[in-house]
Amino acid sequence: MIPPLTRVSWTNLRRDRAAQVMVFVLPIAFFSIFALIFGGTNGGSTRRLELLVADESQTDASAALVRALSADSSLHVRTTWPGAERGASPRGLTAAVAESLVRAGEAPVAFVLPGGIDTSLARFDGRGVRVRMLVDPSDPVAPRMAAGLLQRATLEATRSAADEFRGHASTAGPSTDDLMPARIEEHEVVGRKRDNGMVSFYAAGIAVMFLMFSAAAAGGVLIEETESGTLERVLSSGVGMTRLLGSKWLYIASLGVVQITVMFVWGMMVFRLPLLPHLPGFALMTVLTAACTASFGLVLATAARTRQQLQGLANIVVLSLSAVGGSMFPRMFMPAYLQKISYVGFNAWALEGYIKVFWREATLVALWPQVVALLAFSAAFFALARRFAKRWEAA
Amino acid sequence: MNEVLRIEDAGKSFGSAPALRGLSFELREGELLALLGPNGAGKTTLIRALAGRVRLDGGRLALHGRELAPGAARRGLGICPQELALYPLLTARENLELFGTLQGVPRERLRERVAYALEWTGLADRSREPVRAFSSGMKRRLNIACGVLHEPEVVLLDEPTVGVDPQSREKIYDMLTGLRERGASLLLTTHYLEEAEARAERIVVIDHGVAVAQGTLSELVEHAGLAGRRLRLTLDRALATPPAGFASENGGGAIVATIADVGAELPALLDRVRAAGARVRDLEVRSASLQTVFLELTGKELRE
Repeated sequence: MIPPLTRVSWTNLRRDRAAQVMVFVLPIAFFSIFALIFGGTNGGSTRRLELLVADESQTDASAALVRALSADSSLHVRTTWPGAERGASPRGLTAAVAESLVRAGEAPVAFVLPGGIDTSLARFDGRGVRVRMLVDPSDPVAPRMAAGLLQRATLEATRSAADEFRGHASTAGPSTDDLMPARIEEHEVVGRKRDNGMVSFYAAGIAVMFLMFSAAAAGGVLIEETESGTLERVLSSGVGMTRLLGSKWLYIASLGVVQITVMFVWGMMVFRLPLLPHLPGFALMTVLTAACTASFGLVLATAARTRQQLQGLANIVVLSLSAVGGSMFPRMFMPAYLQKISYVGFNAWALEGYIKVFWREATLVALWPQVVALLAFSAAFFALARRFAKRWEAA
Repeated sequence: MNEVLRIEDAGKSFGSAPALRGLSFELREGELLALLGPNGAGKTTLIRALAGRVRLDGGRLALHGRELAPGAARRGLGICPQELALYPLLTARENLELFGTLQGVPRERLRERVAYALEWTGLADRSREPVRAFSSGMKRRLNIACGVLHEPEVVLLDEPTVGVDPQSREKIYDMLTGLRERGASLLLTTHYLEEAEARAERIVVIDHGVAVAQGTLSELVEHAGLAGRRLRLTLDRALATPPAGFASENGGGAIVATIADVGAELPALLDRVRAAGARVRDLEVRSASLQTVFLELTGKELRE
């Protein structure tokens, strides 16, 4: 029973040009605009920056530098981590741990203060050990901000160096970098293979947002079928409501897979989005995202009584979820509390999954939190839609 | 004739509003039974209950003696709703294939049944066009065909000819005749009383959720107290007072009377007219129409 009903929905789409434009052309146009505008820019943020510091020098000078960084109200500095074992006491960060945490997205920047750093701070001669800055390039603002604040903190920590700095500044010898109180060596720890970084963010963000709109619209076929009497006729033939919803879900989910794939293929061809190296993760996230969005669309369609109601409901819910969930603005630029709140929406999990795949080079196993969350959302949404659909059953 | 479908003491209320209040009647094998009633009489509720879309509060529905449970598949019933319950972007053939599949027509029989249905509806040459391009009559025919692909023993037709031209109406009744020739029994609701009068063997009139009369037209006429023939004479001049046994119409220009035996009573009545000084220009003798019976049974009050 399900395949013929699903086929009908596909046939309807094939013959409805307006719907095809909505599903395929509009999101691509929207995505292209976002990608063109934001693809190469750095953006901006006034949030408090999460910063990891691994003090491998363990000298008075490095400790003073850590204290100065911690005192900066723009930074939230962490020098310890809870450890791999449950219940273990916090340990001091090492360079390796800091790198793994940055790679995992725990913080966008980490400073490693290597041994000998105490002798190279505020030397202004271009010699000595450099501070290593480990960077997640998905956040283009954080490294610049952290680097600037490190200079200020170094001057704070080595106050007597200020006068010496003025003396060097008047001479034309060393380079600008050498004139800084702390010299930095930057390392991007994730996303090294990317061709065009921000594009994968916007591809995922726009795809998920339009997927939600498409799902709501496709689910709205239930309302049209109610009005035309076809729903009554289908249900009279003995097809149960669960199977009917199942057929709609299958259609919307399969449409979603196609829609996201079209979007990413477009991104790959036009904006050099690295799709092929991330194909398994992309496939997993796409299937789960489409499945969850299909259930979400059914909730909206079964909750609404008319097409107009559905339109209004979809606009409000989808745009709100998109704004909070990171479709319109990357979540990493949002305040921490908003980032936490955004997890109430399934789309934030979906976007995080795509980011893990495309930025953090995550393995399929590492996607388990997103997989579990999306499966749970999907089941809960379907159950809710089934409950709302009771009004169409025999009275 | 054997009984195929029985509606027994059917009761249903929506909130505090009763829709069916102990409705009972039966459909006999091979017959065309017209179910008549004003708007809100309970016809659609009954059809929906038969289709499994409404749960009765009381009473029972039985097909060949087997109770029809709500929500269960009704393979023995064909349902042709009043709405054009078709997918407009699908072709006639695709609609037929879909509904045939949903009704459980085996895959190996489906092609043959669809081909038959396209011929039966006169849509064979338009089978690959989307339904949205069809006329009302074509959609109506297809709507019926989609309900009978599984060759049901009983077909429920809810207003099958509403909104179509006389030619399409004739075609639809030809189709229904074809169904009956293949052994189906038909339960038809309609607001076209002349159709029911001309096509149905028996008629059930329902009002306020109960059957107020049922039987052949002559039985209904009898039941409504409208037995006898209605005589109407158009005169060459108006009479101030109608002759004995007549009532005036049109200010005395026409007079009417009800007579039981035309042959015996008519000469005497004509004599009375002549005696009153008038000549008869036209004469009409007819039985009470179904419309007259219907209004007599259900009243003239609007039901909206």
